[in-house]
Amino acid sequence: MITVNNVYKYFDGKEILHDVSAKFYSGKTNLIIGQSGSGKTVLMKCIVGLLQPDKGQVCYDGRDVTAMSQPQIKALRNEIGMLFQGSALFDSETVLGNVMFPLRMFTHDSYAACKKRAEFCLERVNLKGVNDLYPSEISGGMQKRVAIARAIALNPKYLFCDEPNSGLDPKTSILIDELLSDITREYNMTTIINTHDMNSVIGIGENIVFINKGHREWVGNKNKIFTSSNAALNDFVFATRLFKEVKGYMIEEYRKQEAAEEQHQADAQPSDSSHR
Amino acid sequence: MIIDDSLRKFGDYVLLMKRVFTRPDRWREFFKRYIAEIYKLGIDSIPIVITISVFIGAVIAIQMQKNVVSPLIPAYAVGLATRDVILLEFSSSILCLILAGKVGSNIASEIGTMRVTEQIDALEIMGVNSANLLILPKITAMVSFIPVLVVFSMASGITGGYLIAQFTDIISVSKYIYGLQSFFVEYYIWQAIFKALFFAFVISSVASYYGYKVKGGALEVGQASTDSVVVSSVIVLLLDVVLTQILF
Repeated sequence: MITVNNVYKYFDGKEILHDVSAKFYSGKTNLIIGQSGSGKTVLMKCIVGLLQPDKGQVCYDGRDVTAMSQPQIKALRNEIGMLFQGSALFDSETVLGNVMFPLRMFTHDSYAACKKRAEFCLERVNLKGVNDLYPSEISGGMQKRVAIARAIALNPKYLFCDEPNSGLDPKTSILIDELLSDITREYNMTTIINTHDMNSVIGIGENIVFINKGHREWVGNKNKIFTSSNAALNDFVFATRLFKEVKGYMIEEYRKQEAAEEQHQADAQPSDSSHR
Repeated sequence: MIIDDSLRKFGDYVLLMKRVFTRPDRWREFFKRYIAEIYKLGIDSIPIVITISVFIGAVIAIQMQKNVVSPLIPAYAVGLATRDVILLEFSSSILCLILAGKVGSNIASEIGTMRVTEQIDALEIMGVNSANLLILPKITAMVSFIPVLVVFSMASGITGGYLIAQFTDIISVSKYIYGLQSFFVEYYIWQAIFKALFFAFVISSVASYYGYKVKGGALEVGQASTDSVVVSSVIVLLLDVVLTQILF
């Protein structure tokens, strides 16, 4: 589990994050959502350690990153996998070379063992027959999957994804979301996904942190998001007519469910009392 | 303002070099990259070094013959002057200015592109010392291969002059060769190589610095590439003055 406690971040005197606290659970897909410029990328970079918070703590299973020495941070980073917005694959390496890279750098395994593990990771993300291609020779969706394979090559405990669906068509986005969700459960990782894709929010949002103007505005999950009365959240999530209609439909469904449950309880009560 | 900015950049550069000159995480990875850089920065530069050196050698021979005409100056002076100009200045300083353009822009744009496409961030997240992994092989490759390029340049420049003697009637081949052999000082070769070692370090490290510190997008990568060529050229020229004074 990763906990963020009262984090503040300033750039040139301008406050970007204000007293942000949040918990990100292992085995769950944790989402950070918010408008462009809301500070969600800065928050993720503070959590990952690419930026140092000006105030506050970031703890990985109780280990405070802000108080760690450089060698300790370096050791912690071996437990982290990250998927970047633009995939950030190494242009000079083949697909297989990219996935093998962390294994070459951080394990003492033989070349054959590294290759076997890399091939396993590529198969896990449903990629076959592209091992010898370079990143520029494969599609954006494939690049994302290669990046996921590279991120999980070392069996990380923590996986970070910065807008994994940007630039992808809706169908491929869903595939990437499902893959991230499956991998998270399979390896019991603490996965944090930075997104403003509402399909992801509704599809895989098991723990959602909404950041608005540098403040943590709301915390919940994909079910609670439909019934939330937070105006900023509703403005952001249900901005389009389609999502407004989806919200109306989902609220109607929840009401029906609640009514059915109340009816069910009411039906059950007389029979209980008759037993007494 | 300019002094402030220069001092800040120099401090940044020193801090980056401190990160570069550390023990590589994996020696195998370092040597793999070192060999690749030798090929990319060194062997790939041989054709342009030879081409430019041959033509410059030829031009120096022609200029010497046309402009240094006097009954008091022997004809073989063309060969001697061509040799000394090539050995003392062209094959070290001018060659390195040319390489600052070719190799420097290559290094700055490669590392800069890695920066803006978050490849360097990806390395940092993995816990890799990205400065050491990316820059050290480039600097060591450039410094260790520059003597080869200098020697190629010397040989090609002198050959350029020889071709003029061979295919024109400006000077006879025998006089040109006599001039080449006259008053030969072996130290000139070592001096050129020694100076080039410093220049190679400046070219590769300054270009790496500008590439590594890029912020923004493609436009900034292009700007960094241009800046690296301008700054490393100026430093090479300044260093040339200092080293020439010290080494003589």
